[in-house]
Amino acid sequence: MNPDASTIAAGAPIEVDLSPVAEGQDIKVFWRGKPIYISHRTKKQIDEARAVPVASLPDPQSDEARVKAGHDQWLVVIGICTHLGCIPIAHEGNYDGFFCPCHGSQYDSSGRIRQGPAPANLPVPPYQFVSDTKIQIG
Amino acid sequence: MSGPSDYQPSNPALQWIERRLPILGLVHSSFVVYPTPRNLNYWWTFGAILSFMLGMQILTGVILAMHYTPHADLAFKSVELLVRDVNYGWLLRNMHACGASMFFFAVYIHMLRGLYYGSYKEPREVLWILGVIIYLLMMATGFMGYVLPWGQMSFWGATVITNLFSAIPYVGESIVTLLWGGYSVGNPTLNRFFSLHYLLPFLIAGVVVLHVWALHVAGQNNPDGVEPKTEKDTVPFTPHATIKDGFGVACFLLLYAWFIFYMPNYLGDADNYIPANPGVTPPHIVPEWYYLPFYAILRSIPNKLAGVIGMFSAIIILCFLPWLDAAKTKSSKYRPLAKQFFWIFVAVCILLGYLGAQPPEGIYVIAGRVLTVCYFAYFLIVLPLLSRIETPRPVPNSISEAILAKSGKAVASIAVALVAAGALFVGTLGDARAEEGGPKPPGNNWSFAGPFGKYDRGALQRGLKVYKEVCSNCHSLSYIAFRNLGDPGGPGYSVAQVAAFASDYKIKDGPNDAGDMFERPGRAADYFPSPFPNEQAARAANGGAAPPDLSLITKARSYGRGFPMFLVDFFSQYQEQGPDYVSAVLQGFEDKAPEGVTIPEGSYYNKYFPGHAIKMPKPLSDGQVTYDDGSPATVAQYAKDVTTFLMWTAEPHMEARKRIGLQVFVFLIIFAFLMYFTKKKVWADSH
Repeated sequence: MNPDASTIAAGAPIEVDLSPVAEGQDIKVFWRGKPIYISHRTKKQIDEARAVPVASLPDPQSDEARVKAGHDQWLVVIGICTHLGCIPIAHEGNYDGFFCPCHGSQYDSSGRIRQGPAPANLPVPPYQFVSDTKIQIG
Repeated sequence: MSGPSDYQPSNPALQWIERRLPILGLVHSSFVVYPTPRNLNYWWTFGAILSFMLGMQILTGVILAMHYTPHADLAFKSVELLVRDVNYGWLLRNMHACGASMFFFAVYIHMLRGLYYGSYKEPREVLWILGVIIYLLMMATGFMGYVLPWGQMSFWGATVITNLFSAIPYVGESIVTLLWGGYSVGNPTLNRFFSLHYLLPFLIAGVVVLHVWALHVAGQNNPDGVEPKTEKDTVPFTPHATIKDGFGVACFLLLYAWFIFYMPNYLGDADNYIPANPGVTPPHIVPEWYYLPFYAILRSIPNKLAGVIGMFSAIIILCFLPWLDAAKTKSSKYRPLAKQFFWIFVAVCILLGYLGAQPPEGIYVIAGRVLTVCYFAYFLIVLPLLSRIETPRPVPNSISEAILAKSGKAVASIAVALVAAGALFVGTLGDARAEEGGPKPPGNNWSFAGPFGKYDRGALQRGLKVYKEVCSNCHSLSYIAFRNLGDPGGPGYSVAQVAAFASDYKIKDGPNDAGDMFERPGRAADYFPSPFPNEQAARAANGGAAPPDLSLITKARSYGRGFPMFLVDFFSQYQEQGPDYVSAVLQGFEDKAPEGVTIPEGSYYNKYFPGHAIKMPKPLSDGQVTYDDGSPATVAQYAKDVTTFLMWTAEPHMEARKRIGLQVFVFLIIFAFLMYFTKKKVWADSH
């Protein structure tokens, strides 16, 4: 009952062009049926994410570990709440990040859980930069 | 099923069969001469009611499966077409969907009856555990069945419930992938859920056979909890129990029919009339009412894994009940303390159900935690403790002695229990969207409301005109074919009028012999064409918000009525939240937003739209559409007409539903009376 070959093939890596995404905007793409949020973060959002003491977080992880070095403005996360799988809304909540409307989990501008029932940060999918304005997810 | 039968058929053909396969003897000993305690009350008829409901669900389900398409792109539409085009498809679907709720309603009463009268105690432990297994199978079946229509609640319910398994350490993620058959809930998930939803009822039927077998070996428990000793304590199953069960089923059918014919959407969620969309989460994901107490327990526990364990243990703990409650006295009738705690427990379950439907914030979370503790305390502290400290009242020596001592007190306790059971049922129906703020849509005097409601033909025809001239510029109506305009119970067009109406439309067809697509005039069998070729085009042309399809809009929109109105609605048959909302939105536009409300550019202020910022500009203004029949050309009249029309597009068979409902009710009431008097006659010598 595991995924069949066509499902696996359809889950192959995808390339996303980042050039149309302006600062402060974000886009949602689907990969393997999951929504992936790609946020072009503002300076303020990055500073906020880095100002938090990592040890104080429910799921400690530094912002640097969640983005690619040299591309600090780009946050790529799987937009599925780690609580029960709803889709959080971007640019909402008290932490300049994501807010899940189902059970009220709030994530910060680095996609880390800050408040609510979710146990973990929004996962970062495997991806790499193929050029400065293009990433490959998967 | 209790030992070899001495049944000897007189017919030689039956004798021939009986010598080779003693199946008639089995039936005879299990359902004819089987001794059943004389003092059983009506709570014992729920076993028969449940068997009836299982048969009903399997029968309607098998027919529904003949018309259903288990594919993510087609499932929603196939259910809608089933309801619209299949002969009595609406009836089958209502019977099956409401039947699930009725099944659970009956099983809860059956379980609470077992709890109250100690039916799980020696020698009926295995019987009880088999019952818990049936209940678990029912929950799995019900959940997967709810996924099949592939609406928003189906999809997101499936997502939330399958994600529960991801809480299991180490293997959780693999289990979830196995359930999904992919990387998320999708077409493979729907396919396997369909397959399992078809399979599990037959497993249930198998376990029910074991359940009945175990019952007939141990014998039935009874309200006094003393085992039958002499023949005077029992009566033969047929005709006594058969006829009594028949009367119970007839009464139950009255309730069932109330939902099927008059309140088919009362127990459902309006969001499930919106096709599944993996990119949009509904604001509140609420399971079906029968899962709400367990959902409340899940959410009360702040840790994810602990929450899942808590939820499942709430059910599994029932298996250990025979050993947790060691009291010798079976029936709570003779246990003054246990009786009180039982009713407290029932209240805890009802309240948990209510909380399960509320948003998880503030006081609801705290109340949920307190009640979760109470729920488990009943099993783990109260019952073990009571069996040690409680002094039961003396139990009668035999069933016949108990019957002789019977007083009028039983009537009062049955009345109390009935009220509590009714509250249990409706108390779990709280709507999560009760307090979303903003004014409630005003009520209207709809021609189609109430048990005798009919569509106003004039309003349907005028509403069609409004749709055609105004709404259809942006909104599709894709489940409605031109031929439907001539259907009975609809706008009442003649065949010629339908053909003329259809031929005004240009329908894309093809490919022709040259391989090209071409346009031709519409025919009666064609569906209303959509204004945009696809959803993306609709979105792009309308500032990012795709105008929703209107075929189901009056059923896909609702608003919370709140406590206690939703209880009143059950009796008043109020079903018109959707039309009230649609009509209110059409009239709720205001040129200027009130102070303190900012409306983003490209949106408009609407008093009744959730969030108040609607992308649709004010669609109707006075005099926009000319009416030929002299009705006032005002926005209020337009809104009323087009809403009536859209109610018809959502429920084209409503008039047939209410008409047949009346016939069924007349029949059932007469039938129930006949059963009652037959029962009285049969039991005349036994009381």
